[in-house]
Amino acid sequence: MNEEMAYDMQGKPHRVPDFHEDYDGGKLGFWIFLLTEAMMFGALFLLFAIYFYRYTEAFATSSGMLDVWLGGTNTVILLVSTYTMGLGTLMMRQGKIRVSVILIGLTALMAVTFLAIKAVEWSMDIQHGLYPNSGVLDAMDKGEILFWGLYFVMTGLHGLHIIAGIALMVWVSLMIRSGSVRPDHIIVMKNVTLYWDFVHLIWIVLFPIFYMIGV
Amino acid sequence: MKMSSFYHETQTVFGTHKNPILQWIFSIDHKRIALLYMGVMFTLFFFAVGAALTMRAELFSPGSQFLEPQTYNQLFTFHGVTMIFLFIVPGIAAALGNFILPLMLGARDLSFPRLNLLSWWLYILGVVTGLSSLVTGYGFADTGWTFYAPYSIRTDAHVLSTLSAAFILGLSSILTGINFVVTIHRLRAPGMSFFKMPLFVWGLYATAWIQVLATPVIGITLLLVILERTLGVGIFDPTKGGDPILYEHLFWIYSHPAVYLMILPGFGIVSEVLPVFTRRTIFGYHSIAISSASIAGIGYLVWGHHMFTSGMSDTARIIFSFLTFLVAVPTGVKIFDWVATLYKGSIILATPMLWILGSIINFTIGGLTGVTLGALGADIHLHDTYFVVAHFHYTILGGVIFMFIGGLHYWYPKITGKMYDEVRGRIAFILMFIGFNTLWFPMFLAGYLGNPRRYFDYLPAFTPFHQIAGIGAIFVALGLMLIVYNFYRGLKNGKEAGPNPWRGTTLEWHIPSPPPLENFSKIPYVDFEPYEYKEGEPLVQFDENFRRVH
Repeated sequence: MNEEMAYDMQGKPHRVPDFHEDYDGGKLGFWIFLLTEAMMFGALFLLFAIYFYRYTEAFATSSGMLDVWLGGTNTVILLVSTYTMGLGTLMMRQGKIRVSVILIGLTALMAVTFLAIKAVEWSMDIQHGLYPNSGVLDAMDKGEILFWGLYFVMTGLHGLHIIAGIALMVWVSLMIRSGSVRPDHIIVMKNVTLYWDFVHLIWIVLFPIFYMIGV
Repeated sequence: MKMSSFYHETQTVFGTHKNPILQWIFSIDHKRIALLYMGVMFTLFFFAVGAALTMRAELFSPGSQFLEPQTYNQLFTFHGVTMIFLFIVPGIAAALGNFILPLMLGARDLSFPRLNLLSWWLYILGVVTGLSSLVTGYGFADTGWTFYAPYSIRTDAHVLSTLSAAFILGLSSILTGINFVVTIHRLRAPGMSFFKMPLFVWGLYATAWIQVLATPVIGITLLLVILERTLGVGIFDPTKGGDPILYEHLFWIYSHPAVYLMILPGFGIVSEVLPVFTRRTIFGYHSIAISSASIAGIGYLVWGHHMFTSGMSDTARIIFSFLTFLVAVPTGVKIFDWVATLYKGSIILATPMLWILGSIINFTIGGLTGVTLGALGADIHLHDTYFVVAHFHYTILGGVIFMFIGGLHYWYPKITGKMYDEVRGRIAFILMFIGFNTLWFPMFLAGYLGNPRRYFDYLPAFTPFHQIAGIGAIFVALGLMLIVYNFYRGLKNGKEAGPNPWRGTTLEWHIPSPPPLENFSKIPYVDFEPYEYKEGEPLVQFDENFRRVH
């Protein structure tokens, strides 16, 4: 396609930005979106910090009740999954479409495993009566009520992001199949990879503040 | 010959449609989406005005007239939620900004046209969710638009749908903000550096950053209240160790910048209209542009002044008071620049100009009383009185909405291709200006004398203030009706406007009115300042291929 030109008074041509296929614009927009996500989680981290400062001991006690091994396994899974996702994007750019699709599939599989482990953890907590508004929890110390409230809200919100991530990966795979994502046109895939990186970064913070302060 | 405009053809997200309604609601053309926003927003605006008039009627004399106190609480919540979340926060940016921004930049659309349509659909979803409790029989929320915990957790009124609506609307607002930032960064016409952008674009740019950075914070805060009500997580609930003051902090971290989110595009309109109707370059272009950015920046640091009486350390209160004064500095810079532009300009008192001049007067009163409220000692006395109500109505109604209406008059010929009736326009302005000041000025006095806000009743001593205000409200309502009638008549049988009825200089005045589908047949090269006049005429002229000839 011919690039459109605008001419100044001296007749010199200047390139007109094309709004249909604006790769850098797509990237910029997604980075700004991630900034909004960071602001949202940032507010929650702020709340955590304030309540941790107020109820340090109760938070440490409650944290000790979480299974650090399950959480740790999940951390490793997420770390490896960002690696496969990133590698998939790299492969896509090099034209190795099949390998790339397999890597996306692997990433999605790890994401599902993460959710499964999370579900096991949650159901264990719930069996112990440790969930918001439960009789067991309401009889406990105020700091512990807050810890469990924040725990369910923040890991829950993170879990929703994982679910969205899986949906995005399926979507990207479909787009690869239909040819909308190609080695020379990977903006969508690159943005999904960025998103997945962000989701794992959030977990990298969630893990120590919930699981490790009580160890 | 009549050129085919965007009213005749469009692109939709699903290709082409025959049905004109589908052509509208699925259009990805920024101009059509802007008009969709305008239509829905002004409908809601008039609902909210109706609620306000009902309250004014109830308050015309002390004691209960025809409303229950609980109905009154729901009414002012409805008024506040609708005006703030559904009308004025998205207002200028989503409606006028959507229409004008790409035209001013020399772009054919926004960077993400589909996302723009999604924003509109989310907005509609928010509207439906928010208003659903009116018809489902649960009754509207009664918390005021601020949803302060723990009351919003405990009340029996239907707060959930309103909270969810605010959350969805926030998402819509974020997406619009992202779209605008990227468009301004990526789609400026060749040669247009940041300091060659029109000032309305600068206003929208600062606004977009606030939308992006502040909205997520209120989003998560409201989500926490939702979880509080449904699951009882306890984060703002004092019986579970939570801290309601933290809710106020988080709420105002967003909602104070949101105040600037409302006014900054309005300031942009002022800076557009003034040079055109004084026929001279605006005074202090750079300082106006930079003050928009500084207002957005400082606006983040002043939220604490809403909490002077909520329980905060004295040190924090002094710091917040100081920062609040500080935000008046860039605002003052703007006002002085505008006054300097007026000085020795050949002022043309057309309707848009009247609205803008009126808004400067009103906003100055609103701004200065804001400084009064930012002073600690005065705030302790005036907090939650009618003084505060008068202050923010002077800034938002007398300022932002006056600017909005001024902008609507200013761009009316560009949007419709027709002219409205000038005399009717001026009469409407005079009605509104007198009515507005009659309505709100007595509230300063009533508030100063101690009449608390949000109460359904008042002491008999305050009767005269409320009755004068009630008369002002009638004038305001008449003025609004006249504006609507004027616009309607203009559409029906106004005379053709032509591309540039006001002799403006920015790019949108160089294309036909109404604009064709993709705005520009050719994109111009921009090697000039946005407001250049020579002996009262625009300096820059283009030939039909958008090559500069002069």
